[in-house]
Amino acid sequence: MKSYVIIGGGIAGVSAVEGIRSVDGEAKITLVSSEKTCAYSRPLISYYLEGKAKLDTMGYRESDFFEKNGVTVLRGVSAERLEPESGSVVLSDGQKLSYDALCVAAGSSPFVPPFSGLDTVEKKFSFMTIDDALSLEKELGADKRVLIIGAGLIGLKCAEGIRDRVKSVTVADLAPHALSSILTPESAEIVERHLEKSGIELLLGDTADSFDGNSAYMRSGRTVEFDILVLAVGVRANTALVKAVGGEVNRGILINGKMETSIPGVFSAGDCAEFKSGVLAILPAAHIGGFTAGVNMAGGSECYADPVKMNSIGLFGLHIMTAGLYEGDALGDPDRRFFVKDGYLSGFILIGGVEKAGIYTSLMRDKTPLDTIDFDAVMRSPSLLPFGREYRKEKLGGAV
Amino acid sequence: MKRVYVNEKWCLACHLCEYNCAFANSGLSDMAKLRGVKISPRIRVEGDERISYAVSCRHCTDPQCVKSCITGALSVADGAVRIDRSRCVGCLTCVLACPYGCVAPGADGLATKCELCLNNSAGAPACVAGCPNGAIVYEERG
Repeated sequence: MKSYVIIGGGIAGVSAVEGIRSVDGEAKITLVSSEKTCAYSRPLISYYLEGKAKLDTMGYRESDFFEKNGVTVLRGVSAERLEPESGSVVLSDGQKLSYDALCVAAGSSPFVPPFSGLDTVEKKFSFMTIDDALSLEKELGADKRVLIIGAGLIGLKCAEGIRDRVKSVTVADLAPHALSSILTPESAEIVERHLEKSGIELLLGDTADSFDGNSAYMRSGRTVEFDILVLAVGVRANTALVKAVGGEVNRGILINGKMETSIPGVFSAGDCAEFKSGVLAILPAAHIGGFTAGVNMAGGSECYADPVKMNSIGLFGLHIMTAGLYEGDALGDPDRRFFVKDGYLSGFILIGGVEKAGIYTSLMRDKTPLDTIDFDAVMRSPSLLPFGREYRKEKLGGAV
Repeated sequence: MKRVYVNEKWCLACHLCEYNCAFANSGLSDMAKLRGVKISPRIRVEGDERISYAVSCRHCTDPQCVKSCITGALSVADGAVRIDRSRCVGCLTCVLACPYGCVAPGADGLATKCELCLNNSAGAPACVAGCPNGAIVYEERG
């Protein structure tokens, strides 16, 4: 009987279990999770604080998932080092597991810049795990002023989750605009106005230089007084395990379309993995990548070569959907922007009107040459009409 | 598996399918109570002045919405793509993923989609039962 080990109990780890089981119902599977709580949907931590998700319904899969799939789960334990020559992994509790194939789905860790005086701040938090959310929740209160460093996806979702439970929320970011990893400046301005209308104070192009107790001394010269500090500057892929044994890493663990690392028998998926196009760190890619890794670990053949980067985020009732890269000609308006390069849709940004956005994503996923459809009509209003009768006959008249 | 299929040659753009869908999923006793209510049907008529056709979930064999769902609310059961709305938080990643525009936010902001009326009192697609021209059918086509 084959034996498979998965490092990490997040989305990619759970999905690797599903991938293995789709090929091999018998194999021994051991999943190692440094978090005591695993297999939960990580993005739900902000919804939990907002009261829109409950602890007992945050599971990414049914609560008996591991039992049903015959997985041995080791909680509160982490992987210390790989021994690829003997096909084994040594854990923090000293035990050694041998594997026929291993998947590193170790995720990412918050990156905390070396702010001077950070050690003098009593109430400071990251916002990555359910434990982070629960510790932060204990400190919330109607008289509390919160300073969040980082106006990215994590910082802003945190702001949304806690706004109604504290006195004030200030979000600072060194970048001149919010969500700078997914929005162009002119599109970001629409979101910034909405955030400010929703009661969030934004300090953009500014960050903390140093801290002293409850005071943040900002680069702009301004001082921000706070009771709670949330650090959401960025994340770093957890690559150390693979790097330590000579595996190829860049910002993440380098993988091919089968999710194999450069070390034979070792696969990787999720936020620690780096595709040809870079580290994606999005949940759909963690699921598909984890599943793909699992199938290939168990001897099947699955490929996930060229994923489309996409994000759907709602902030105080405003939906923002983005996909791809912002290369080529920019068409449309800041709240409905399309990027066309060499006759193909390379990316888009939708703010507010997000209906049927998947029709745009499919143009990128399928690499549809835009001169084969009425793209002007699709841009104005996404529907299947501009794709022509034959396309509709195939998609609406047959099984797809 | 039986799915809903569309023959656009026969569609009159009467939008009855949208009302039958909304009614079947409303839990109301009388369709007349939908009068004046903004409905969120899971089947939509698209087209222009010459062409019209209805679009609803294709129940894809490899559904992008399910693979993209961040909470696990979307799943496949006996070939049908189902949604457990108690686990949906309205992030709408499924809307961004569906190639046919067949997942949409409902009035409560959470995702809605066609579940073939398998979990409401209609028991089989109400859009099909009410289509006056046979432009939507529910059958096995492989």
